[in-house]
Amino acid sequence: MRAGLLTLALLWAALAGPSAWAQDVLPVPALSGRVIDQTATLSEAQRAALDAKLAAFEAQAGPQIVVLLVPATAPEDITSYAQRVADSWKIGRKQVGDGLLLLVAKNDRAVRIEVAKALEGAVPDLAARQIIDRAIVPAFRANDYAGGLDAAVDMLIARIRGEGLPMPEARGGSGARNAAQGVPLEQLGLFIFVGVVAVGGLLSAVLGRKVGSTLAAVAAGGAAWWLGTGLLIALGAAFAAVLVVGVVGVGNVLQLLIMMSGRGGGGGMGGGGGGGGGFSSGGGGDFGGGGASGRW
Amino acid sequence: MTFATTLSQQTRRWGLRLALLATAFGLTGCGYNDFQRQDEQVKSGWAEVLNQYQRRSDLIPNIVASVKGEASFEQDTLTKVIEARSRATSINATPELVNNPEAFEKFQKAQGELTGALSRLMVVSEQYPSLKANAAFQDLRVQLEGTENRITVARNRYIKDVQAYNVLTRSFPTNLTAMIFSYSVKPSFTVQNEAQISVPPTVSFDKPAAPARAASK
Repeated sequence: MRAGLLTLALLWAALAGPSAWAQDVLPVPALSGRVIDQTATLSEAQRAALDAKLAAFEAQAGPQIVVLLVPATAPEDITSYAQRVADSWKIGRKQVGDGLLLLVAKNDRAVRIEVAKALEGAVPDLAARQIIDRAIVPAFRANDYAGGLDAAVDMLIARIRGEGLPMPEARGGSGARNAAQGVPLEQLGLFIFVGVVAVGGLLSAVLGRKVGSTLAAVAAGGAAWWLGTGLLIALGAAFAAVLVVGVVGVGNVLQLLIMMSGRGGGGGMGGGGGGGGGFSSGGGGDFGGGGASGRW
Repeated sequence: MTFATTLSQQTRRWGLRLALLATAFGLTGCGYNDFQRQDEQVKSGWAEVLNQYQRRSDLIPNIVASVKGEASFEQDTLTKVIEARSRATSINATPELVNNPEAFEKFQKAQGELTGALSRLMVVSEQYPSLKANAAFQDLRVQLEGTENRITVARNRYIKDVQAYNVLTRSFPTNLTAMIFSYSVKPSFTVQNEAQISVPPTVSFDKPAAPARAASK
């Protein structure tokens, strides 16, 4: 019955478009931190402490845990809302997919632990339910929200720690970044090669060799950059473009240098994506509906 | 000499233009590769649906066993679950089922009946205090809840996959590719009891659960 209605809702949403969808259900909040409290339940110190604990765990072991407190999830039940939030955030490392969402709907007196597929072994439904029953429900009944969340997070961390997930990799290396983005080098090379020959040939035929090869090089570098490779690869692609088009036209060293300096500025900007003090989703979490809900 | 150079330059330019055209067509193409990708996507989505239904099917014997321990349990409800399960598992659910709308319909109906029978069993079990206190039964309840939720998620993803595939199959120009390679529209999950949900549910205080509650998923 519920799935049937959901199907209808989905069909309707597909017809009506995202704007109408957003009006009717609770919107997914922006992923602004590890602990997002829309109910003003936690004090700033409590929020910061929980955030620090989750950040330390992620830095040390890798998995991303996010705690979200909302007033109510109407018109959806907490399960559908949690699923939608999890699908939209995709918390968890890109290649591991180890994310976990702890959602509290305060006025509904409902709580849900939403577990990504990668963590379903560490936190099976029964364990999630036990954590809700033993840590969250008694504390929440006594109005000790921070204590309940803290205890639940401790239990979750203890379970996930025993799972033997891959360790977090050091941030910042261009090789690591390239691997994290998941663009196969062979495919990229082929794409650049074919694209450069075709585009560069046309450009130099129309605009002349100098301008044509420069544009082709910029385009190749830009394409490589846009595909999410590191600075070195993008520069390499641009350099290769100049060489390839240079067979047809004239590879101008000056142009290459100008082009390289242009690329350098762009490269510095994109490199800081995941690093620093801020928090962003790893984008790898695949939530298949695992976890458990409870009420207090 | 001059003439020969001009000629060779011209042929080279034309050759390059042709290469550009060929690349453009190769990249956007006739959608053949899109069909391959979407078809596989639908298949894996369907495999996940089957996987979750199987998980539920595996849970049922345990649930039935623990409910049977309750001497006075409504036999009718229990028998319905057992029968619905055996009907659902008797359908040979292969990945090729997605290409056969009738078999798909039959499979969907059988699973829908099982969903209805199971949810009724769970509602009825609420009335037995000893079952509510039975930790093993409560654990099974949590597992069943999680499984039903996974089924919902898997079905929703399958619906989205099929939607993308069907749009590709029916829109121009990829519908020509679909015709040539005989890719047809795939069936998706639908509301099975459309007539039933379009009338408001009757609320009765005589029986423990209204029939609409036990309706299929």
